Amino acid sequence: MQSIFGGALIGIAVSIMLLFNGRVTGISGIVGGILNPNALDRNWRIFFILGLFLGGLSLKYLAPSSMILESLATPNDYILAGLLVGFGTIMGNGCTSGHGVCGISRFSKRSIISTLTFILSGIVSVQLFKLLRGGL
Amino acid sequence: MKAAISLLTGFIFAIGLGISGMTQPHIVKGFLDIFGQWDPRLMGVMIGAILVHGIAYRIILKRKSPVLDTRFHIPVESSIDKRLIFGAVIFGLGWGWAGICPGPGIVAMTSGRPEFLYFILSMLVGMKVFQLLEARIFKPS
Repeated sequence: MQSIFGGALIGIAVSIMLLFNGRVTGISGIVGGILNPNALDRNWRIFFILGLFLGGLSLKYLAPSSMILESLATPNDYILAGLLVGFGTIMGNGCTSGHGVCGISRFSKRSIISTLTFILSGIVSVQLFKLLRGGL
Repeated sequence: MKAAISLLTGFIFAIGLGISGMTQPHIVKGFLDIFGQWDPRLMGVMIGAILVHGIAYRIILKRKSPVLDTRFHIPVESSIDKRLIFGAVIFGLGWGWAGICPGPGIVAMTSGRPEFLYFILSMLVGMKVFQLLEARIFKPS
């Protein structure tokens, strides 16, 4: 399946980061570190985000279908969701990449609990959204 | 050199997210919609990523240090506290609501769709708000 292959690429990416830079590839943590005025190690973080952008721009040409947006969400929904995601990931020290991929790979108990929790709360959120909007 | 590795890592990560469908909110929402037409693709991504990194992590950690740094920067915190749980609950609510998490949001911004820009800008605000709150709670002046 294509999703497993895509996941394997993500696994390779985070492994390269660990092998060379010794860093965990947690995206919310990387972005949060850029926002932190006391951070001394902004450089690698900014280049990682730049890499994400370059990857995104290549996808636009290599796999245009990966950029399809189908949702009943309104601009206000994206703003609300963004606020929750930003606040929650810094509070909980990680998101799908840091806890879900890197942490679970280490068998970290914190990351396993965190991932199960955000999946459960994501399920609740989707049900709530469907109830209010009548679809995804 | 570290910057080049980060750039390469970000690039590969983005391609992985894109080809696995994670930059499309309806696929993410479809995974969380367990009572509807369940979409297993997000689980496939997690399995692929954890299989590769789960093995690679154990091989890499046999080294004394990473290639370009003096030590591995790996979280040592192990307590399950309210902060971890509440943070995950709040993150999950936002994640399910729009079907976007930080990585895919940043990658999908390149599509030019304003929805992703709204998401990322408000995400940055949410992050900053917690950081300011945290500084007040943990470092009272």
